[in-house]
Amino acid sequence: MGTDYLEVTDLRVVFDGFVAIDSVDLTVLRGDLRFLIGPNGAGKTTLVDAITGLAPATGRVEFAGQSLLGRPVHRIARLGVGRTFQTASVFEELTVLQNLDIAAGAGRSAWTLLRRRPSVPPEVAHVLETIGLADLAGTPAGVLAHGQKQWLEIGMLLVQDAKLLLLDEPVAGMSAHEREQTGALLQEIATDRTVVVVEHDMDFMRSFARSVTVLHAGRVLSEGTVAQVQADPRVQEVYLGTGAGH
Amino acid sequence: MSTAASTSATAATSPLRRWSSSRTGVWAGFALAAVLLFALAPAVLSDFRLSMLARYLCLAIVAVGIGLAWGRGGMLTLGQGVFFGLGAYVMAMHLKLADAAATGGVPDFMLLYGDGTVPGWWVPLRSPIVALLAVVLVPAALAALLGLATFRRRVKGAYFAILSQALAAAFAILLIGNQATTGGTNGLTGFRSFFGYDLNDPVNQRMLFSITAGVLLAVVAGVRLLMRSRYGELLVACRDAEERVRFLGYDPATVKTVAYVLAAALAGIAGALFVPVVGIISPADVGVIPSIGLLIGVAIGGRTTLLGPVLGTVAVAWAETSLSESFPSFWVYFQGALFMLVITFLPGGLASLPALLRRRRRERAGVREATTLPGDLVAVEGPA
Repeated sequence: MGTDYLEVTDLRVVFDGFVAIDSVDLTVLRGDLRFLIGPNGAGKTTLVDAITGLAPATGRVEFAGQSLLGRPVHRIARLGVGRTFQTASVFEELTVLQNLDIAAGAGRSAWTLLRRRPSVPPEVAHVLETIGLADLAGTPAGVLAHGQKQWLEIGMLLVQDAKLLLLDEPVAGMSAHEREQTGALLQEIATDRTVVVVEHDMDFMRSFARSVTVLHAGRVLSEGTVAQVQADPRVQEVYLGTGAGH
Repeated sequence: MSTAASTSATAATSPLRRWSSSRTGVWAGFALAAVLLFALAPAVLSDFRLSMLARYLCLAIVAVGIGLAWGRGGMLTLGQGVFFGLGAYVMAMHLKLADAAATGGVPDFMLLYGDGTVPGWWVPLRSPIVALLAVVLVPAALAALLGLATFRRRVKGAYFAILSQALAAAFAILLIGNQATTGGTNGLTGFRSFFGYDLNDPVNQRMLFSITAGVLLAVVAGVRLLMRSRYGELLVACRDAEERVRFLGYDPATVKTVAYVLAAALAGIAGALFVPVVGIISPADVGVIPSIGLLIGVAIGGRTTLLGPVLGTVAVAWAETSLSESFPSFWVYFQGALFMLVITFLPGGLASLPALLRRRRRERAGVREATTLPGDLVAVEGPA
C-alpha cells in the first residue's frame, strides 16, 4: 500500500464555540473508495475543509507521511491533495482545455507561464478522453451541462495529479445514466489513489462504495463495508427519521 | 456525456472578428495604428493638438495597465494615480536637477521655498540612468509591497478599492505638505530641456509625441502577448474563482501581484512621459479624482479587452477637452453621468456592444426558427 494514505487523528474543528468536528479519527488507504455519509450538519464537508486547509483545526492530519494541518491551502494542494465543491466550481469564462491546462500547471516555471501553450499537454489530452469532453475542449466551461461541469472538476483533479481526492457530492443533480458513468470513473481512478466521497445519495453509495464512514454530530458513528454499516443499529437509529438508507 | 452544447464558441464569432484575431489581422491592425499615429496625426494636427493627443496617449498607457489589473485580474484599483505620480515626479525631479545643473545645481523652487540645498533623496536622480530606472522600479516596488501585503491577507473587492483610493488621497496630501522638496500644490514645472533637447522647440515636442505613440504600441503588443499566455488565463481564473485556483496549488496572491506590479510600472512610464509632454506635474494630476478619471475611460471602452481601455481613455480625454472648451464647469457632471450609464446599461463597456447586438439579432432569429443553442448566449469576451 505504500505510505500514501490519509490518516486523521483526533481532529477537532470549532467555530465560535460550536464543535463541528469532535475527535475524529479516520484512516483511508490507497486504493480505497471511501464514502462519508451522515445527516445534514454531521460535519462531512467541514472534515474535508479541515483536511484541505480551509477550516482551522487541531489534531493531526497526515497524507503520504506529510503533516497537512497549519499549511496554507495551496501548499496542501501541491502535496497531492485535490478536492471538488458541492457547487461545481470551474472557470466559466475559460474553455474546457484552459481549465484543465491550469489544473495541470501548478508546478510550471514563470517562463513557461509567460508563454502561450505550445500544444495540448499529453496528460490533458488523455483526461479529456477519460471525462468524455474531448469534443468540447474549445467550449467555455460556463455553457457545459451541470453533469459535464462536475466531470470537468474531476478531470481537473486528475490532471492536477492529486493522489488524495476529496469529492463533495460529485453526483448531485446528475441523471441516472451520468451517475453510473461517474461511479465507474471513480472506481477506476481509485485503484491507484486515495478517494474520499461525501455523498447523500444512498443508492449511489451502495453501488460504488468500497468502505463507508458514518458521521453524526461531528463524530464517527460507524465505519466498515456497506453491509456492516447498514446493519449497525446506531446508524439505523440516526437515519430512522429519514428511513434507514433511504 | 452529451455533446449538445458543442457548436457554440466558434459559431458565435463573426468573420470580421475571426479575421481581426488572426495573425494577419493583428499585424494589419498594428500597421494601421502605426500609420495613424506616426504619419497621419503629425500631418493633420497642429502642434498644440498633437501635444494634446500625446497627453491622451500617456493616459492610454495607464489604461492598458488598469485593463490588465481590473479587467483581467479583478483588482479595482482606484489609486493608479499614485504610480502614475511616482513615475512623473521621478522624471520631473530629474529634469529640474538637469535644468539647474548650469546654475549651481539647486532647482529654482527650492531656493524660493526651501533652505537652498538639495535634499539627499533627490541627489541620485541627477543621473539620467538612475532616473529612468526609478521611473519603472519605484512604482513597481511599491505595488509589489502593497500587492503582497493586501492579497496575502485576501483583501479584495470593495475593500481593496477603498484601500487604493485612500493611498491616492494620502499621496496627494503628502506632496502638498512638502512644498520645499516636492513643490507642494504648485507641483514641479518650468522644465527647459529633456535629456539635452530643448522642450520649447516644436520639433522636439513632435519627437515626444512619436516616442509616446511608440511606447503605447509596444505596451499594447506586450500586454497582448501576456493576456494570451498561460499566465493570462491563470489571471482570469483568479479573477473568477480565486478559491478554486488556490485548491489547484497556486498562490493567487502572487498571480495577482504580478499583474498589479505590471500595471504600476506602466503607470510609472506613462507618468514619466506625461511630464515633458505637458510640462507640469502637480498633486491635482495624481490624487483621487484623476485616479477615478483614469478608470472611467477603461470602463467605457471595455475593461476586459485589450483595446477597449485605450480607445475609451483617448475618447473620454478628447471629450473632456472639447466639452471643457465650450462649457468649462460642465464636464464633471457629464463624466459622472457617462460612468453611471455605462455601468448600468453596458457593464462590459463599448467593446461588448457588437457581441450584444449580435446576440440580440440571433435571439430574434432564434425565436422565429425556435432553434436557439444554449451556447450562443456566451462568449461576449470568450477566450479563443
